[in-house]
Amino acid sequence: MTTQTIYQAKDYKSPQLVRWCPGCGDYGVLSSLHKAMAELGVAPHNIAVISGIGCSSRLPYYMNTYGFHTIHGRAAAIATGVKVANPKLSVWVATGDGDCLAIGGNHFIHAVRRNVDINILIMNNKIYGLTKGQYSPTSDRGFVSKSSPYGTVEDPFRPAELAIGARGTFFARMLDTDIKNSPEIIKAAALHKGASVIETLVNCVIFNDGIYNNITVKENRPDKTLFLRHGEKMIFGKDNNKGIVRDGFNLKAVTVGENGYTMEDVLVHDATTLDPSLHLKLALMDGKELPVALGVIRDVAAPAYDAEVEAQIEKVKAKNPVRTLREYLMSGDTWEVK
Amino acid sequence: MENETRIKEMESVVIRFSGDSGDGMQLVGNFFSNLSAELGNDLINFPDYPAEIRAPHGTLSGVSGFQIQIGGKKIFTPGDKADVLIAMNPAALKVNAQFLRSDSVVIIDTDSFQAPDLERALFTTDDPFKELGLSSVQVVPASITQMCKDALEGIADNKQALRSRNIFALGLVCWLFNRPLEIVERLLSEKFKKKPDVLKANLLVLQAGFNYGHNIHATVSTYRIETVPQQKGFYTDVSGNRATAFGLIAAAEKAGLTLFLGSYPITPATDIMQELTIHKELGVKVMQTEDEIAGICTAIGASFAGNLAATSTSGPGLALKSEAIGLAVIAELPLVIVDVQRAGPSTGMPTKSEQTDLYQALYGRNGESPIVVMAAVSPTDCFESAYMASKIALEHMTPVILLTDGYVANGSSAWRIPDLKEYPDIKPPYVSPKMKEGWTAYLRNLDTDVRYWAVPGTEGFAHRIGGLEKDYFKSVISIDPENHDKMVNVRRSKIEKIADYIPLQEVYGNKDADVLVVGWGGTYGHLSEAIEKIQKQGKKVAFTHFRYINPLPKNTEEIMRKYKKVIVIEQNLGQFAGYLRSKIGGFNPYQFNRVKGQPFLVHRLVEEIVKLIDE
Repeated sequence: MTTQTIYQAKDYKSPQLVRWCPGCGDYGVLSSLHKAMAELGVAPHNIAVISGIGCSSRLPYYMNTYGFHTIHGRAAAIATGVKVANPKLSVWVATGDGDCLAIGGNHFIHAVRRNVDINILIMNNKIYGLTKGQYSPTSDRGFVSKSSPYGTVEDPFRPAELAIGARGTFFARMLDTDIKNSPEIIKAAALHKGASVIETLVNCVIFNDGIYNNITVKENRPDKTLFLRHGEKMIFGKDNNKGIVRDGFNLKAVTVGENGYTMEDVLVHDATTLDPSLHLKLALMDGKELPVALGVIRDVAAPAYDAEVEAQIEKVKAKNPVRTLREYLMSGDTWEVK
Repeated sequence: MENETRIKEMESVVIRFSGDSGDGMQLVGNFFSNLSAELGNDLINFPDYPAEIRAPHGTLSGVSGFQIQIGGKKIFTPGDKADVLIAMNPAALKVNAQFLRSDSVVIIDTDSFQAPDLERALFTTDDPFKELGLSSVQVVPASITQMCKDALEGIADNKQALRSRNIFALGLVCWLFNRPLEIVERLLSEKFKKKPDVLKANLLVLQAGFNYGHNIHATVSTYRIETVPQQKGFYTDVSGNRATAFGLIAAAEKAGLTLFLGSYPITPATDIMQELTIHKELGVKVMQTEDEIAGICTAIGASFAGNLAATSTSGPGLALKSEAIGLAVIAELPLVIVDVQRAGPSTGMPTKSEQTDLYQALYGRNGESPIVVMAAVSPTDCFESAYMASKIALEHMTPVILLTDGYVANGSSAWRIPDLKEYPDIKPPYVSPKMKEGWTAYLRNLDTDVRYWAVPGTEGFAHRIGGLEKDYFKSVISIDPENHDKMVNVRRSKIEKIADYIPLQEVYGNKDADVLVVGWGGTYGHLSEAIEKIQKQGKKVAFTHFRYINPLPKNTEEIMRKYKKVIVIEQNLGQFAGYLRSKIGGFNPYQFNRVKGQPFLVHRLVEEIVKLIDE
């Protein structure tokens, strides 16, 4: 007898008191994650949440699943081991801009390149919060912080560029406060077979408050963000009359009905196309001339590493009947002493 | 003619094949090794690779060697000095002059001992033997290159003839040691079954080499090596690294678990990964990761997920893994870390062997992070040690560092194929469904201080662990000072209690002697042979050799206190001696230390130990 257990968001909440600062954007991510998991219906004991070090990496303690709060930067590597060891588990990485893109950069790009079926949630607040306010690899050039009193003299990583540059097959972006759309994005990441990267634009109320206000505050959001959905027109704006069109090799934001642009000119989002050029252009829209793209930007089918590992083992097993070490050794070059 | 040959009966003989790294010396060395094993000799061999992959042809830095000691009695080492050296060029002769005795036999290819060859090897005269002070060695000059060309005339080109020089030398050596060619012919047929032309050429050249030996046999001594009675069973030849891989596979098989290896290529440990990655038919999962850190981190992830997880490395890699080992210590997850030691510090001498990582293994982490440390004592013991390291890791929920070294890892010897029925069970402390109520992740078995293992996917046991200190009872994050003290101590006592599960330390030799020789790890063979030689001189000496280092066997202190003089012999500046001092109050042993990146020389050990006995 099998009955489908129906899960609720609370089934994924651990009894541990959440200890992020009041107003921290990470609360939004956690809440969306609980909701998404309930909707996915994966049993809590079949989920493993792995994290590194940093504010965001406390997340596993707040999940009523298997969890492993590991060491700085290594979550992607440890999660890779978990998934390869047991591909039946739903494996998640909770990480931040410092943990994932500075100390953990190497593991991040290789996990993405291998396309191992894990889901990486990057909570990007462009600051080191746990160590109280140093600039991070996503801080903008010139950013003033405790470790850059005269402003940084380096350019930041743009997570999308890094993920796509590492041949990422799934990239999405969401806002910490967007509880309405985030579960949908998280579910899409979970369903993607391969490495899924979600960048969440997270506000740090203590050390970097308001860095995303230009796009996140209510009055700005409609004109400064574009929510992408596969197969739908790239339309945005308060009046839903702005759209993204092609302009030579570039993208351009236009108002439908002005300058001769019609709805026909507005691009339709295709997240599944293998060529990453347009995905990258969309992902790099920065809220100045063009709106910041949210939602699932890239979701491309490709073989997942863990599944390929299993398949290769099965393929060899089908050809080779040896199942024990002794059988193997006896089949080689041996001699007998009687 | 037969009765004119002087037959020299020897208990054992040391042969060294040496040439350019492209001359195929490792191949013929291995062939000769397999052949001798099959004929029932005991043997140990040791490949001596050059540091460069392909140094310029004929130069000193490109010399590659393969030494083998074979005998009718138990063989412990590849031997100090060579009875027979095969030198394919002057550089090989020069590099190996140090391994020759005054009466050694040296076979040379005269075609590659011409003026330009001598110059490349930095000889300044036209008599390399005189220049090296080797006037008394027995030289067997053979025009190997030309004879290869002649043998293959009309059958293969000159390029193939040059490539077959090593096989000619092997044929000659087979004649020298009364080895029938059938076995080599079979080995060659297997090796070159897909290249019939190469096979044909090699078979012809092999015979030519053998015939040449026969034709000139009146001029050199011929050795005969008797066979030894061995324990009944099926045997194969195994290197230390392969034996390590097999030990891990065997433990996984016995425990009913999948074996996972996360690793990054590093000399001299890479063969472990390469052996394991072959065994998909046994379900072994191997990841070649992006770096050393990912090697251990993927393994920690696999361990968390319920596999028998391991990582293999050498000293520099172990340094990179330190932080992650600390994570496995505090998370209390089973993990086997194999460190094939090489000469350091830093990159050091990657192809050379040392015992200099002991302190790193014992102490190379932040915080109080006790760990199990073991050391394999011989190539075949790598199997036993890897098996036991896995058993301890799984049953005591702890990382275990298994130290081997370049010498043990690359050396090989005859090995009785194990029957796993003869090996102890491996039973990890899994949670049981009846424990569900009130269970937390760090609840322990109070007899062993071992926590229980709840593998993700098990219903009712979802839990969070990690690098932050946890509460002893509730397993939630805790910064309570008393709790931390309790956790630090329980992690220590968990490791100390493993002493109840390992064998007592044994003493060999004359137990009533005044002098006790102490060794650990890969020097076992050399020390055993030295002890045997000293006893043959009629002197009394006791010997104990450690495989379990942390925790030490329970009777260690008792043994150390029993002898008037204790000498700790190791290939470092005294790390094990220092460790024993720290464990045994007031204990102050003598030391003999050499850090040359080369195995000990038995006669030097004998001198040193005898000096202490006679003192």
